[in-house]
Amino acid sequence: MSEPNPRREDSLSEALDKADTQAEPGLAEELEQELARQEPQALAPQGDDRWRDAVREIFAGSPAVAVGALLLAIVVGSIMIAFTDSGVQEAAQYFFARPTDTFAALGDAIGGAYSALFQGAVYNFRADSFARGIRPLTETLNYATPLIAAGLGVAVAFRAGLFNIGGQGQMLVSATAAGWVGFGVTGLPFPLHLLLALVAGLAAGALWAGIAGFLKARTGAHEVIVTIMLNYIAFYLLSYLLATPGLLQAPGSANPKTPPMQESAILPPLVGERYNLHWGFVLALLAVAACWWLMNRSSTGFAFRTVGENPRAARVAGIDVPRTTVTSMLVAGALVGLAGVTQVLGTVTTGFSSDIDAGIGFDAITVALLGGSSPVGVLWAGLLFGAFKAGGSAMQAAEGIPIEIVLVVQSLIVLFIAAPPLVRAIFRLPQPGSKPGARKKVSA
Amino acid sequence: MTAQAVDPAPGAPAPDAPVEHRTVETVSSKAPVILAVLTGLLALLLVAAHHPGDVRFALGSSHDFFEIPVIVVPGPVVAWGGVVVMAALTAVAFVLTSALRRHVPAWVTVPFAVVGLVAFLAWAGAGSPRDLSITGLISGAIALSIPIVYGALGGVIGERAGVVNIAIEAQLLLAAFTSALVGSITRSPWAGLVAAMLAGVLVALVLGVFAITYRVNQVIVGVVLNVLVIGITSFLYSQLLVPNAQALNTTPRFPRVGIPLLERIPVIGPAVFNQTVVVYLMFVVTAAVWFGLYRTRWGLRVRAVGEHPKAADTVGIKVNATRYRALLMAGAVAGIGGAFYTVVSIGQFGREMTAGAGFIALAAVIFGKWDPLRAAFAGLLFGFASNLQSILSVVGAPVPSQFMLMLPYVITLLAVAGLVGRSRGPAASGVAYEKE
Repeated sequence: MSEPNPRREDSLSEALDKADTQAEPGLAEELEQELARQEPQALAPQGDDRWRDAVREIFAGSPAVAVGALLLAIVVGSIMIAFTDSGVQEAAQYFFARPTDTFAALGDAIGGAYSALFQGAVYNFRADSFARGIRPLTETLNYATPLIAAGLGVAVAFRAGLFNIGGQGQMLVSATAAGWVGFGVTGLPFPLHLLLALVAGLAAGALWAGIAGFLKARTGAHEVIVTIMLNYIAFYLLSYLLATPGLLQAPGSANPKTPPMQESAILPPLVGERYNLHWGFVLALLAVAACWWLMNRSSTGFAFRTVGENPRAARVAGIDVPRTTVTSMLVAGALVGLAGVTQVLGTVTTGFSSDIDAGIGFDAITVALLGGSSPVGVLWAGLLFGAFKAGGSAMQAAEGIPIEIVLVVQSLIVLFIAAPPLVRAIFRLPQPGSKPGARKKVSA
Repeated sequence: MTAQAVDPAPGAPAPDAPVEHRTVETVSSKAPVILAVLTGLLALLLVAAHHPGDVRFALGSSHDFFEIPVIVVPGPVVAWGGVVVMAALTAVAFVLTSALRRHVPAWVTVPFAVVGLVAFLAWAGAGSPRDLSITGLISGAIALSIPIVYGALGGVIGERAGVVNIAIEAQLLLAAFTSALVGSITRSPWAGLVAAMLAGVLVALVLGVFAITYRVNQVIVGVVLNVLVIGITSFLYSQLLVPNAQALNTTPRFPRVGIPLLERIPVIGPAVFNQTVVVYLMFVVTAAVWFGLYRTRWGLRVRAVGEHPKAADTVGIKVNATRYRALLMAGAVAGIGGAFYTVVSIGQFGREMTAGAGFIALAAVIFGKWDPLRAAFAGLLFGFASNLQSILSVVGAPVPSQFMLMLPYVITLLAVAGLVGRSRGPAASGVAYEKE
């Protein structure tokens, strides 16, 4: 108490040397973090000219960067499209004789691709009625449903300082539980059966992620290892259940696939029988709202964020850190579980196999990152990626452009949005709060 | 005031005595519990799935110095004998931790693992007419661990310099792709290997530009790079390699090169000293990374930059340049691992063929506590576990194959929870550094 501050910093590093990691497993980690926190954070220098700052703010702000990132990604996507298009390749062979041909072919290919993407994701202009034309939009929402739910799961864990790579395993386990109730339990009326399957799925996802949280809290096992291992364990568990008659495998079949869900457990269509969109989307929206409330308005969410920002401070403030770790993983698992449930009870109701997760567990990480780990951000990111999924398959069908382009464009968007200085450097946008000329340092 | 408010742990200004006291109190009983659980599981397995008959352990091969005959022993007897030894070792561990307050030493855990493995193999191979080849088990394990070990070494270098590398998977995949392409065009596996290293460096460079220069969150860049590389390689695979499979996607492979004399040592000779050059390189690189990190000026700087960049900067080390160099070197190392898939293993590229090995490598980095030797050992362990499954399916083990496939991951989980415990990375890993 009587010691001055500089002395304290010394004692910190000294204590770090002395600290016996075996004796007090948390102590050394905390001291390290304390040291790391003494690093200077990246702080932009403050400008004093208010008016100019305001103008710069607008051009330096994130909407400009987001648009720039989108443009860059589209340019790269266009190059890839041009590469695949046979018309462009032919015209390019006599480029120097008639360059206009090449440019016309380029325009055709790229325009056609992006128009197919749009028509596959939002509205199909070639359809003869509004009801048919709007169908792509419902597909987008359908694809977005599990992405939003799982993205929320990853985002909540992120905010609590945990990296949840276990989306795949959590989805598989929740799909197994929900699916089992969905086809195995008989005699329950419609909403009850659905509700039971939903709860079973959420609980299974929560428990599976909870294992990681529990092990992290009790033994300090790193959640990245544990969730990766749980992914594989869940996959093989489901494979076993699917390959064993009398368990999940459909009776009388040799395929590793379950029987179809019963009518009483299926999420009903949201906007009519002719669309695939089901009530799962509403559940995802409710989850967004619930998450927003949880993270921004509840003491539990406050504990999550505090532990995520600074576990040591959280501990000092009286927050039970191990318990918060477990709780945050339970919540994250339930949210990812919702994605699994909507898959088996809404999207693939004719029985599922071990690829039911469809890579959503990993996509969810990207969605959470793009959404900045905030519930509303995840909603928009999920919708965008859902549109890319829906539009990408339409683009592949209509124009023969490989759907992998969508993966590239998606990841570039996230990458560029995450790196505002790079986008600013490319488009010569000003730095936030910087004076003219300061930009060169970063773009160099 | 600060000292009291921020410091509930008594370590900082306190004298040694209370710390000593804590050491005594907090020796955890996790390790013996895990050993007990493993012993119990094995016993349960033996009871639940009784499996009579003899087991044939093949230890030798035809051109050893001296031939070891196939050892034929009754499976259940050996298995139960193993359980008894394991139980005894567990008891020793309990006594050590609870009565003597000591940590479980390696002379308990290592024999425990070996005996447990032999007991398990005796149970699994009992009654099978086929030989259970120990040499094949080890040799296959080493081959399968190549990408994981290289990936983990790359990860260790990067993290020691303060850059978290989630993009190991991307490095492996792009390296596998480029080595297939270049190897096919040049008809030389060596060219493929060099191309693979360059591909690893390329991914590392992108990671570096975003994470070091533009200070983007390193986890974000890593995750996104994985997706990006899956997209690019799958795209080029379908557009370029599939239509021209013969010209662009059939690379020659490295042959197995036996080391004279050494390869005739029984059991380990054929397993360790009759491998491809990439395997020998793996041992060299592992040793070199260890030496480099702990015994050279370069390594000291890398570790300083990863632990406390500000201090390193103060004494004149260029933080970001050091990080770039380490990261690029790590990329080259990880790239060699990616080459395994094409110029060592099957000679052609396939869509997403690394199948999550990069994430296993990431797990090996953490499992090995950011130490090159331990991380490489963890990688070998993963390779061993995945090969165990294929050996057991040859002898026809009486367990559903899915559980065999699951086994390595379950054991890793138990090991991480019980034996490794809290793992702590380099302090500044994941934090971008900006000079003031």
